Amino acid sequence: MILKESKKLAIVILLIISFLSYSIVLYLQPSQKTDFTSPNADHGKMVWQKFNCNACHQIYSLGGYLGPDLTNIYALRGPDYIKALVGAGTATMPAFQLTPKEMDDLISYLQHIDASGKADPRRFKINKNGSIY
Amino acid sequence: MEASINTKLKTTDYFIITALLLLLIGMVYGIIGSIQYVYPGFVKNALSFEKIRPLHVSAVLFWILLAAMGSVLTYLHVYSNQVNKTSILLKIILVDFILTIVSILISYLFGQFGGREYWEFNPLFALPILLGWILFIIHFFKTIPSLKNQPVFVWMWLTGLLFFLFTFLESYLWLFPYFRNNIINEMTIQWKSYGSMVGAWNMLVYGCSLFLMGKMSGDKNYGYSRIAFILYFTGLTNLMFNWGHHIYTLPTHPYIQHISYLVSMTELFIFGKIIFDWKKTYLSAKQLIHHASYPFILAADFWIFLSLILAIAMSVPAINLYTHGTHITVAHAMGTTIGINSFLLIAFAIDIFTLDQITPIQKNKYFKYGFWITNISLLLFWISLIGAGIRKSIWQMSIHPMPFSSMMLSLKPFFIVFALAGFSLLIGFICIILPLLKHRLKTNTND
Repeated sequence: MILKESKKLAIVILLIISFLSYSIVLYLQPSQKTDFTSPNADHGKMVWQKFNCNACHQIYSLGGYLGPDLTNIYALRGPDYIKALVGAGTATMPAFQLTPKEMDDLISYLQHIDASGKADPRRFKINKNGSIY
Repeated sequence: MEASINTKLKTTDYFIITALLLLLIGMVYGIIGSIQYVYPGFVKNALSFEKIRPLHVSAVLFWILLAAMGSVLTYLHVYSNQVNKTSILLKIILVDFILTIVSILISYLFGQFGGREYWEFNPLFALPILLGWILFIIHFFKTIPSLKNQPVFVWMWLTGLLFFLFTFLESYLWLFPYFRNNIINEMTIQWKSYGSMVGAWNMLVYGCSLFLMGKMSGDKNYGYSRIAFILYFTGLTNLMFNWGHHIYTLPTHPYIQHISYLVSMTELFIFGKIIFDWKKTYLSAKQLIHHASYPFILAADFWIFLSLILAIAMSVPAINLYTHGTHITVAHAMGTTIGINSFLLIAFAIDIFTLDQITPIQKNKYFKYGFWITNISLLLFWISLIGAGIRKSIWQMSIHPMPFSSMMLSLKPFFIVFALAGFSLLIGFICIILPLLKHRLKTNTND
């Protein structure tokens, strides 16, 4: 038993149209109004990427697992603690030589992420159908 | 027997040879990284983890990509009766990728990063990769001008080619301030592109697997059958819509969770099919076991089974809540990239380099040991990651968790097993790859 060529093509076209529509909706409709309010946070994101912080740390549990999740580090420890740790390093983490501007921008970025939500998985509740909210 | 083997190394062979070397290089970096988990600070000044991780990830990702490209190109030429096809275009693609990959690895050593997951290199390197991929697509269309009456593996290859292009471009949308400015949306799109990208290279690999199985069994009809296409459409739907399980805990649109959860459950159909066909797989194993490639295909089947159980479980948001951000996610990634992708790609390399004749390669004792060492090591590696993941999951859900550093210290026994298993996995792959390369280069010289 084989599928007709026209059926195969119709299924693929339908799937592609659905996929593209879904993509466009996601591009055009951000889930929350959390745009960067200052260029500092945007520069801070570039600092985060420049030093490849993601290799060891996570944001919303996405990233490397050698270091802790830093989504809410700003609220938990504050800017001075972050500055001290980044500058001095730890047994595992090298001491990063950031300029004062880069350090301020990084703090601004972490502050912005902290304001976007909580990464703690304990805050979720489970529905009977297996979904979470 | 050996006289009938194609002796001259082709451009497509060089894709696979380069890929095999990248696998070994990537594994060496992986082992250094695993030692850093056991002994924090190990070679920190020369190769700290933010350098080691991209070196490992990029080398093994390019192993998968280049080996998949080499296999698709070889089988595409066999399928279209253009076995000796070579062109300046293929040589350009090969040189383009080799130069780009070497430059990327060197850039990491100098601390130059783009800082993204998967593609941790400077975004400028995306341009030659993009160029090489577009040329690859052009070559595909020059070889197969029409999709009419084509078997399912041709559809899968084309799907993989086009979706990799789309998702690769999508993964760079962050370069535009419009996308970058909203951190939650930016992460949503980032993981949308990555989730589908994995599906795209899986299409290339699974397409080759179907081609090879058809070739070995002599059953040319399966590739045109209704069930083959139904499985393909199920895979395609998952490629497009099931990526949301990466971001269930991200405060993004709730419907992403619902769509992904619903679509992921269609994988139960694939899972059921594997169980239903178990006896048939066993019988074909008995018939095809003399092929040097077949044990690796069978091993990949075993890993598909294990990985699918884990994937389906992790797609249930209530379970994902416990596994997300833990080493269980890494176990799943390792099971699929090593157990499925790498074992299948090794099977293709064996088939392509020996033309699946019974050759000395199968009698080579190191090669035989290699098969068992890799499989047993991977199982230990996988179990240790699951163990570490369960431990971390308990920690992150506890009411009064201990400090992060204490939790990491409590995972040390798992990390020791993980590092040792990683080392023996490398030994296993060396036992397979070196005899294979030696055999291929020897047949080339004899020409």
